[in-house]
Amino acid sequence: MFENFDATLLARFQFAFTVSFHIIFPAFSIGLASYLAVLEALWLRTKQDVYLELFDFWKTIFAVTFGMGVVSGIVMSYQFGTNWSVFSDKAGPVIGPLMGYEVLSAFFLEAGFLGVMLFGRNRVGPSLHFFATLMVAFGTLMSATWILAVNSWMQTPTGFAINEVGQFVPADWWAVIFNPSFPYRLVHMVLAAYLTTALVVGAVGALHLLRRTSPLRAGTMFSMAMWMLTLVAPIQIVAGDMHGLNTLEHQPVKVMAMEGHYESHSDGAPLILFGLPNPEEKRIDYAIEIPKLSSLILKHDRNAPLAGLDTVPEELHPPVPIVFWSFRVMILIGFSMLGLGVWSLYCRWRGTLYRNEWLHRVAIVMGPAGFVAVLAGWITTEVGRQPFTIYGHLLTADSVSPISAPAVGASLVAFIIVYFLIFGAGTFYLLRLMSRLPRDPMGDLDEGPIRTAGITPAPQATKHEGARHGT
Amino acid sequence: MELDLAFIWAAIIAFAVLAYVILDGFDLGVGILFPFFSEKREKDVMMNSVAPVWDGNETWLVLGGGGLLAVFPLAYATILPALYAPIIAMLLGLIFRGVAFEYRWRTTRGEYLWNWAFAGGSMVAAFAQGVALGALVQGIPVENRAYAGGWWDWLTPFSLATGLAILVGYALLGATWLVMKTTGELAERARRYAYSAALGTLVAMGVVSLWTPFLEPTYLQRWFGWPTAAFSIIVPVLVAGCFLALVNGLRTQHDSRPFLASLGLFVLGYAGIGISFYPYIVPTSVTIWDAAAPDESLAFLLVGALILVPLILAYTGYAYWVFRGKVDPEEGYH
Repeated sequence: MFENFDATLLARFQFAFTVSFHIIFPAFSIGLASYLAVLEALWLRTKQDVYLELFDFWKTIFAVTFGMGVVSGIVMSYQFGTNWSVFSDKAGPVIGPLMGYEVLSAFFLEAGFLGVMLFGRNRVGPSLHFFATLMVAFGTLMSATWILAVNSWMQTPTGFAINEVGQFVPADWWAVIFNPSFPYRLVHMVLAAYLTTALVVGAVGALHLLRRTSPLRAGTMFSMAMWMLTLVAPIQIVAGDMHGLNTLEHQPVKVMAMEGHYESHSDGAPLILFGLPNPEEKRIDYAIEIPKLSSLILKHDRNAPLAGLDTVPEELHPPVPIVFWSFRVMILIGFSMLGLGVWSLYCRWRGTLYRNEWLHRVAIVMGPAGFVAVLAGWITTEVGRQPFTIYGHLLTADSVSPISAPAVGASLVAFIIVYFLIFGAGTFYLLRLMSRLPRDPMGDLDEGPIRTAGITPAPQATKHEGARHGT
Repeated sequence: MELDLAFIWAAIIAFAVLAYVILDGFDLGVGILFPFFSEKREKDVMMNSVAPVWDGNETWLVLGGGGLLAVFPLAYATILPALYAPIIAMLLGLIFRGVAFEYRWRTTRGEYLWNWAFAGGSMVAAFAQGVALGALVQGIPVENRAYAGGWWDWLTPFSLATGLAILVGYALLGATWLVMKTTGELAERARRYAYSAALGTLVAMGVVSLWTPFLEPTYLQRWFGWPTAAFSIIVPVLVAGCFLALVNGLRTQHDSRPFLASLGLFVLGYAGIGISFYPYIVPTSVTIWDAAAPDESLAFLLVGALILVPLILAYTGYAYWVFRGKVDPEEGYH
């Protein structure tokens, strides 16, 4: 099996598969950790039970997500060595210490305080518990910072030299970490994680608003999530635009592929909305385009000339159709988020935020959209970096381990089977946890329809977990 | 004076790997012993005894891997391809047992599945780690900065023996951990298993120790040449001392002494291996100085390590302290 496959392609597919699965969990847990910190802070401040109940509800979901993120992350820390050993040897002196800092300053912090956050409230008291939650949230952000510094350096490498055995060695750590694309990528990704979480929280809130069993809890989380969406979606669009302009400056070929510009345009390039990339003929078939808009967006001048892929040797082209489509998926979802945010703001103003069932239905449909957008964005930037691992300096084909196709192929099959099994089960449990929001206690219902029959008293409702696990 | 950064880093990485082995050793050991306890109540307590700390324990493995990439990239780039299959098996095992911590509480119908995932994953991970250790000790050929051996080189009688040795050794750590952290019938059962595991560990250490010097002339020279032969005499004496303390602790119903003595056994075994192949990091092809990244990389991360590792030890210690004492069987999951 696999003797006739290209080992490099299999290794690429394995990395793409394992890292795509992995990024889903941090994208959610970065946002959720911050959300938990906010909920606990609100509870400590206001002493309103609803915040503590929401904290406990999302804490369990966080624990499952975080567990999946940890185990899929351990795989990542060894992927570099098993399949990309030449890259590891060459780039290790530069990216290795950054990852070392990620482990030392982020992973240990998260892991050390996660146990206290999950199991320790009765043992350490509210203030220390809140401190543990803050450390977990801070750890997730630190982790994002370091790993994005690594990724950004691979996209826009600066501050290095090459030694006599061909290794990339650090010349200026400041320039390595604060490489040109890092600040943009960091902001774009952290906002993406917050938006992804807001969409999930919003969808769960909307689901339970439609069910009408716990309007206070569901309404509280729905409102918080919609505020997040309303405020952050526009910021994200601006941040994304700035990130795009930064890419145009440092990785113009990637932007050509995103835009589908096979040809150069001497006076104003059109913005191709949709079309079918045709890599053989080097054109976009059936293109629907707006004249001069691409130059206006990218150069802020409608008549500015814009170079196309015809100025770049063909062996240095990234796979255009993938980048072209993934970019459009991301943009489409980004603007849908903005739309949902604006709509929710309108409903809030009209006082129908908790009653507009169509808003709730759309919010449910949009629940998983953040994950799709995150994946599409990463596909755009990673596939757009091809054919390089370290942009402009190290080809992907020269980065791979001296591995044989059967070894990579067999491990790839094993990863695919195990991941679908394990993370499929995990997703099922997550969805089930999300659909089981305890009912609101009686007396706290200050809005929504009151259903007196069958309401569970508060203490039992909030202790549901203990009851299930205990005796 | 010029600091030997490669040496300092070798010591730090060695410490990280040792920390991993003894910390994840006991929580993998609890997984290995899982099938030997049939009652759900007992399984719940066993899992709860390690649930708050397992994640931190496994982070030392990430530090070992990530640290190796940072400071000894050539070692990372040659050891991992050489140990491809056992590493992948270990990762998959860790996935199964890692998610079981949460999944097990999320279902009643499928609980038995995650019991098996926890036990099976722990066993596979422990055995694969032992095989990887054996394959490393028996030597990895390197040419032109790349692994130069075959895909099945790791599979030898010696590596299978070290695989079993680690499996039994982790079971010992797990059993003595349970003696320390639990009460009643569960603790008594764990105490009985600890006797067998202790004996198994001692035999395994003996077999591996007698086998190792004959794998490589370098090892033979180390073990029987002066002055390192001093260790060859001292280490077995200390091992015997730990073993006696262990058995004595079990017999006299001492709760924490057996666990500490088992840790002692692991530290001694680890030191023995380290003494054998220092200064090689990839025996017997690459020394720590060959593999080391440039000083700028070593120094940059060292600053962080000197500040952060003590902090990590402090808050990890705090986390253990928060969950000190016997596990309360009445306390549910989070």
